[in-house]
Amino acid sequence: MPLIDYANPRRFQEIARWLIPLAAAAAAILLAVGLSMGWRAPADYQQGEMVKVMYIHVPFAWLSLAAYTLMAVAALGTIVWRHPLADVAGKAAAQVGAVFCFLCLVTGALWGRPTWGTYWDWDPRLTSVLVLFLLYLGVLALWRAFDDPLRAGRAAAILALVGFINVPVVKFSVDWWNSIHQRDSISLGKSAIDPSMLYPLLISAAGFFALFAALHLAAMRNELLRRRARTLRILKAAETE
Amino acid sequence: MSALSAIVMRDVKLALRAGGGAGVGVIFFLALVTLVPFAVGPDMPLLTRIGPAMLWIGALLASLLGLDRIFAADHEDGSLDQLMLSSAPLETIAAAKGLAHWLASGLPLVIVTPVLGLMLGIEPKALLAVSLTLLAGTPGLTFLGLVAAALAAAMPRGGLFSAVLVLPLSIPLLIFGVVSTNAAIAGEGFGAPFRFLCAISLFFLVLGPAAAAMALRHVRD
Repeated sequence: MPLIDYANPRRFQEIARWLIPLAAAAAAILLAVGLSMGWRAPADYQQGEMVKVMYIHVPFAWLSLAAYTLMAVAALGTIVWRHPLADVAGKAAAQVGAVFCFLCLVTGALWGRPTWGTYWDWDPRLTSVLVLFLLYLGVLALWRAFDDPLRAGRAAAILALVGFINVPVVKFSVDWWNSIHQRDSISLGKSAIDPSMLYPLLISAAGFFALFAALHLAAMRNELLRRRARTLRILKAAETE
Repeated sequence: MSALSAIVMRDVKLALRAGGGAGVGVIFFLALVTLVPFAVGPDMPLLTRIGPAMLWIGALLASLLGLDRIFAADHEDGSLDQLMLSSAPLETIAAAKGLAHWLASGLPLVIVTPVLGLMLGIEPKALLAVSLTLLAGTPGLTFLGLVAAALAAAMPRGGLFSAVLVLPLSIPLLIFGVVSTNAAIAGEGFGAPFRFLCAISLFFLVLGPAAAAMALRHVRD
């Protein structure tokens, strides 16, 4: 089936009807397994029991980046192909991504207090995530600035693209200052984390990805319904005149 | 080329004459720098130390003023439609309007920086460094703001909006501006961060007009 067939909002609603419960069920199972494995995983020799925050904090961090990327891809879809579902997908990604980004910051702060002795530090990675959160808020604010959803979608798409091109520049310049944050622990092919902690992390990350998918699809469905309600209201008002 | 210079001349003239508001940025910059000693106390050594950073913050905020009017004024009186109908590429038109805005609002900030720096007790060498980094950085700020200006033109209420959109993206310019200034004051390694500042500024010089033209085409009705 060519991609254009998915552009039909009605077909999307049909797919979403069974895909949302499926993703939600996968999220529930994977999170139950991953988080309970994480709960029973050994405590870290330096961080003690606080290391368990990692099983939710790290997936939030990964997903806030993934959601931003999804938003940029959707923005391309809006500007280049004028795909009718692309701006809906972009808005949903911005909403869920902003919440995940916020949760990443909050769980990080709660972890940092006992471990580093401070809720916040102006360290490169923390600062980058904070800037990412600001970019999300900018996109969401832009969505609210227009009353016509189509124009709002195109404006938000341009901002998302400009922001996406800038993310590496911001990341690079923020890294210019050095800090106390540890190096990346996971890279392709090798891992500095012991398997007893790595597997729960990967399973709960998969669970959060499924949760994101469910929330994203549900947000898209809600946005489509909201637009439909808006159109019907306008038609009704035009009729009564 | 003649279209470009014609737009630049027109916009600079409009900004400098009555109702243009080109001088407001400089007054705002002066007022901000005047506020700093009230906030931190009239402690000259402290002001000398934080002065370059304060000048950068002040110039950054002042350069956001009037940003939302770059396209909005032309959008309201219809001249933007005439410009878009002309044979000149929209990217060039956007770049010309950005250049005019920088000449009328950005360059004056750089010119008054040494005077304001003296009030904060900044050394001559540091003063030269701040002015130089602002000269390299403010065009980047203006052209980054061009994107927000184009989006604001289509908005019912642009206003402060463009500032909110631009501030997080202006962080790289601020970082390298202040880092290279401090490097110059410490007398070590001014070249590398200053070149990065110029590179980022040039990057926005390219990205800004292209994205602004895209915004004008797609978002306005």
